[in-house]
Formats: sequence, structure tokens, C-alpha cells
Amino acid sequence: MTPDQFIFLLCAALIIASAIMVVTSKNLVHSALWLVATLFGVAILYALLQAAFLALVQVVVYIGAIAILFIFAVMLTRRELRDKGPQLNQNWGLSAVMAVFTFGGLFYILSSWSGFSAKAVEIPVGTDPLRMLGYALVSPDAYVLPFEVASILLLAALVGAVYIATASKK
Amino acid sequence: MSIPLSWYLVLSAALFSIGLFGVLARKNAVAILLGIELMLNAVNINLVAFWRYGSTASLAGQVFAIIVFAVAAAEVAVGLALIISVYRRRTTVIADELDLLKW
Repeated sequence: MTPDQFIFLLCAALIIASAIMVVTSKNLVHSALWLVATLFGVAILYALLQAAFLALVQVVVYIGAIAILFIFAVMLTRRELRDKGPQLNQNWGLSAVMAVFTFGGLFYILSSWSGFSAKAVEIPVGTDPLRMLGYALVSPDAYVLPFEVASILLLAALVGAVYIATASKK
Repeated sequence: MSIPLSWYLVLSAALFSIGLFGVLARKNAVAILLGIELMLNAVNINLVAFWRYGSTASLAGQVFAIIVFAVAAAEVAVGLALIISVYRRRTTVIADELDLLKW
């Protein structure tokens, strides 16, 4: 086993274990903190895949903003005794069966695909994926339009979230 | 780079299924959003893995992952604002109890 594979397996164990804790933990604050662990594992995976920018954005945006937003939302909507009872609804057995079947179906479809066990080729020397990504995001013949649309979407979401969450004066 | 693509795909399928279970089985609306976050992350792992194992000169996979980041941030902001607004009016965030539209 190469060091790469060892790091991957450790990281996968971290992701799966903390993801299971996210969906089963009784205390929602703990769920949100386990989500941070999952997101950190995914950031390590991006680093393994040589997507340095995405690994950083994952830590800054996902862990720094989204996970903290979740913790604030849990604190704002908390009531006494809500952590005590069962956190799963009465259909949880059916949900578990469905999740297992989804995994099985995905695994079956993927394993019958010819590129399933493809190996990565080395990134050619002299090309810097980070620099290429930077150019691609602002170049008119690449992805400048989706990039701008994403910023408009964020602005709309910002305005909408402020409008919805503001208490009405009535 | 001795990791086969299949490892990433299986891990992301497992993460997606766990997220799906969270969305379907949790009572609390905030916990349902946590499940959606797990599913979005599974998708992102797939996108970046396909970028790395396909042609690295074409950056569509990474750019798409960045768009998914933006959409996830927007979705969480609006979703949590809705939950807080619902909590103000109904003083509950249990999805089963929000049955005003159910006749």
C-alpha cells in the first residue's frame, strides 16, 4: 500500500464515520460539529486530487461560513426538551433501506462502467492547474458567464435571506 | 497517484447515501439541511475526481465544483432564513409539525 492510498483510506474512514454521526447524533450542535469533520475530510481529498484551490475554498467557505451558519441556526431555533426525544421520524427504517438500495444501485452501475478502475495520469510538467483555473474563470471563451451568473445568484440569495429572516413589524 | 478512480466514486456514493438517509429520516428541518450538505459534498468529490482522472487540461470539473459551492452557500442562506422565519411564526422546526399546507 502506497502512502497515497493510506492517506485516502484514513480520510475515507473519517468522512464516513463523521457523516454517520451527522445523521444520527441526537444533539444538533454535535451534528453540526461532525459536519465540520466531514467537510475537513473532503478538503483533504481535494488536496489528494491536486485541486489546491478547491481544498482551500472548502475550508474557508464550507467550514468557515456554512458550518458556522448551521451552528447559529441551531442556536436560534432551539427549544428545551427538543434534544431529548427521538430525532428520527417513524419512517427511518424505510429511509435506511432506501439509502442502502441507492448505494447498491450506484455501485452496480459504476462497477459495470468500463472506466471504473481508471488510473490518473501525472499532470504534465510546466502546466499549473491553479493558474489555468484562474484564467478559465475570467476568460470570455471559457467560464466567465457561469462565474458571473453565480455571483448574481449569491447576491439574490443574500437579499432574499435578509428579507425572509427579518422580523415583520406587525 | 496510485489510487484508482473507483475508490473516490464508491466513497462519494456512500456519502451520498448517508446524506439521503439524513434527509429522509431526520425530524428537525435544520438536520435535513445538514443531510443536503452531505449530498452536495458527495457530488463535488465526484466532479473533482472526474476532472483529475479525465483530461486535466479541461477545467470544466473544477469550475462546476466552484459553481456548486456558490449554489450550496445560497441554498443554506435562504434555507436557514426560511427555517428561522417559520420558527418565529410557529415556534417549531420539526418538519412533521409544519403541516399548514396539508389539508
